[in-house]
Amino acid sequence: MTETLVVENLATHFFTKAGVVKAVDGVSFRVGRGKVLGLVGESGSGKSVTGFSVMGLVDPPGRIVSGAIRFKGENLVGKSEEAWRSLRGARIAMIFQDPMMTLNPVLRIDTQMIEAVQAHERVSAEEARKRARDALGQVGIPSPEERLKAYPHQFSGGMRQRVAIAIALLHKPDLIVADEPTTALDVTIQGQILAEVQSLARDTGTSLIWITHDLSVVAGLADDICVMYAGKVVEQGSVDDVLDHPLHPYTNGLLGSVPSRNRRGEPLRQIPGMTPSLLSLPQGCAFQTRCPRADAACRHNIGMTELREGQFVRCVHPHQEALA
Amino acid sequence: MSGPAAKSAGTTEPKAAAASASPWRLAIEEFFASPVAVVGLVLLLGVVIIAVFAPWISPQNPYDLAQIDIMDGRQPPGTQSMEGLTFWLGSDDQGRDMLSAIFYGLRISLAVGVVSALVALALGTVMGMVAAFFGGWVDSLIMRIVDIQLSFPAILIALILIAVLGQGVDKVVIALITVQWAYYARTVRGTALVERRREYIEAATCLALSRPRILFRHLLPNCLPPLIVVATVQVAGAIALEATLSFLGLGLPITEPSLGLLIANGFEYLLSGKYWISFFPGIALLVTIVAINLVGDQLRDILNPRLKK
Amino acid sequence: MSAEAATGMIELVDVSRRFSKPLDVAGKIARALGSKITEETVHAVDGVNLSIRQGEVVGLVGESGCGKSTLGRIVAGILPASGGSVRWRGQDRGALSGKAARDAALAVQMIFQDPFASLNPRMKVRDIVGEAPMVHGLVDRAQVDDYVSDVMRRVGLDPSYRARYPHQFSGGQRQRIGIARALAVKPEFIVCDEAVAALDVSIQAQVLNLFMDLRRDLNLTYLFISHDLGVVEHISDRVVIMYLGRVVEAAPTEALFGAPNHPYTRALLSAVPRLDQRKASFKPVEGEIPSPLNPPSGCHFHPRCAFATDRCRSERPALREIAPGRLSACHLNDM
Repeated sequence: MTETLVVENLATHFFTKAGVVKAVDGVSFRVGRGKVLGLVGESGSGKSVTGFSVMGLVDPPGRIVSGAIRFKGENLVGKSEEAWRSLRGARIAMIFQDPMMTLNPVLRIDTQMIEAVQAHERVSAEEARKRARDALGQVGIPSPEERLKAYPHQFSGGMRQRVAIAIALLHKPDLIVADEPTTALDVTIQGQILAEVQSLARDTGTSLIWITHDLSVVAGLADDICVMYAGKVVEQGSVDDVLDHPLHPYTNGLLGSVPSRNRRGEPLRQIPGMTPSLLSLPQGCAFQTRCPRADAACRHNIGMTELREGQFVRCVHPHQEALA
Repeated sequence: MSGPAAKSAGTTEPKAAAASASPWRLAIEEFFASPVAVVGLVLLLGVVIIAVFAPWISPQNPYDLAQIDIMDGRQPPGTQSMEGLTFWLGSDDQGRDMLSAIFYGLRISLAVGVVSALVALALGTVMGMVAAFFGGWVDSLIMRIVDIQLSFPAILIALILIAVLGQGVDKVVIALITVQWAYYARTVRGTALVERRREYIEAATCLALSRPRILFRHLLPNCLPPLIVVATVQVAGAIALEATLSFLGLGLPITEPSLGLLIANGFEYLLSGKYWISFFPGIALLVTIVAINLVGDQLRDILNPRLKK
Repeated sequence: MSAEAATGMIELVDVSRRFSKPLDVAGKIARALGSKITEETVHAVDGVNLSIRQGEVVGLVGESGCGKSTLGRIVAGILPASGGSVRWRGQDRGALSGKAARDAALAVQMIFQDPFASLNPRMKVRDIVGEAPMVHGLVDRAQVDDYVSDVMRRVGLDPSYRARYPHQFSGGQRQRIGIARALAVKPEFIVCDEAVAALDVSIQAQVLNLFMDLRRDLNLTYLFISHDLGVVEHISDRVVIMYLGRVVEAAPTEALFGAPNHPYTRALLSAVPRLDQRKASFKPVEGEIPSPLNPPSGCHFHPRCAFATDRCRSERPALREIAPGRLSACHLNDM
């Protein structure tokens, strides 16, 4: 069966006054039906721009310069804005870190949700309202009938994010792109939302791209994982492979710096230096300036190599010992 | 793997940036990115230079009775005076060269506008900062006065004050200050209320710095950008208001004619075809105010964080 | 508790902090006309007792609205307490004046969450770091530059950037500037309010390591406020858990993470995603965090607690010692 989404060699560049920012530079991944892909990286890694590219939401001065985004076999790159709009919200939905990106503060929840249903389907207001109520119930909002009449400001942050998720679910999309949706939430509320999302993916067959900087969240949620650094995927594979046997020094360093992977009170293993500016990347591997394994060979560009079945890495000196 | 006990110090790299780009300098660079604003600035500089150097660049001193001749009255632009001076912009009913009169008028108009705006700025800033920092009844009192003041049209307040105080440059300046300070007070208070909740103010409190120091060294500089924007608009407003008062005969005395008075002078001849006596001072006033507003618009765009990405 | 109090460096005795929003004119008129409008009052911190010993790192954990940031600001002297007292080395800080008050204020410094908002954007690093020591006479005007350079080196910043403005630094570097500013007045106690929450994972480790180095080198004591249990577990000797303005549990780190006592602590620990948990079925605690404007009666946690009894609904549980060094506020411990 075909995959829900196949991204091939996607490049999204921003043409700024200071130069061309290659925010996404040759990214490829695939998401199967009902699967969860964790897209992990730090700020400036290009993970969010990748998400926005898949949604067709890249604004000037940015634009997709090359590559393909195949959604159920159909390439979306180069499609008209009209074509994007008919997909967006219906077949592909997005959840943002700030739910107020989706919600209009001056409209009641029912108005917004009915509008969202009718934007893509010709159904009566009554039918749309029923759909909205069911969606709210689905994401665990108690007494959805009453909550429909509320305004966004009457909800707590966690509830607002649930409403945003419910809106994303209205058309039973094939794919949801979630950009750090639980980062601003409290731990116990994050736990609730992760639980809802997990069962949704399992029950409805919706595929999910979960963009986050938090490795622990994807550990429990995702099937596959893509680690991004400075616009490129540096390592990808199944969650177990990548988290248990990281091959790229960056993945390795990232995992090593998580406090729970260190002995209490001991200095944390740290990655030295800081994320490079996308305007002045070194030749070859972008991580070489911070990498303990870097040498002259790192100054050449290299592609992804499959070092273990299903696990790819972009590195001249991968942690081969993890393969043993 | 990197040494597990690698020291945390000494691991940061410099960021590629100009040596000491102060926030102000960045704003100036941004200002020059807009051609319209640069045109406004050039015009404004021209106006200011003319105003400052009026006594040296004017063909004639329009207030030296020895230099003017009533026989040269109401000459159209381009005619020559009895003494051979060319009236490029014509002459008024007293036989004064309009060009010179405009130069001198600009000097007075600008001086009155800028001085009143600056004093109002200082007064309004102090009042606004005090209101924001102390809060409570002090805040309520100051802001209610501001509300009442702003609920009356500026021209009305100015007219009443002039009627009470009498005429004169100082009286007009006082009237203009009274009309303007409330705008500054309101602007500063709004900004200061936002800024004082910021963590850098908390940090200053934690460092046991004195209140005046926190107020003027930490809070005030961060409240300035919106003030500068209001100030440019207010200078233009003050010039226009002064011109209006003078036009109505309630502004500056006849011995110190500003642009408004010049326009009023020519008003009665306007319909008899002698347009230049009112027209050219009017153009000078227009250019001045448009130039200030062009500069002000660009300042608002670059100094307003909400318009920024 | 009492034995500890005798040796505490800083002690909070029954500290409360209420925020009330005074009625506006319309509200006052409405009340005068007989409406039931009252001032909204939030008990951000509600009767907290806490003693921190010299050299200790105490982690303060809780979710939004639990009052941990407010408590941190009271400890740092930024906010006054509306009830109770803060004792610094045995003396009531509110009763100090003059030089003693200033010294006590400088001894406790704070590191903030937002590396952007916590630095004055219009001051150079030299002034941000050097202002307070100069104003307070800790260093001569002529030696400020050298002094600032020393402090900057200590936090891992290149002193040649003294003349730069905050916007020219990355998030991690800005956080170091904030640390330098605090260290410049030679504090003994530092309150870290979510000090690494806004940083990238790899930068977070650098800053945490810096905190641990400074603790060792300068003999600092920390109150480390965070919502991130992983970070708190790593850095703290003792952990205090807050919920809606009250301390619900306090215990040595290993004891708390090994065997949490309070049902809220247990819920919190189980909700934290862990790296070694794969395809986990998240089984979260039910319900929302109640509004601090209108907290539940009795034990604040009872509406979300699976073990709640009638007593929990009516009576506020006291924070009691359940084992040496371990405190918990739960009625279940009485059964």
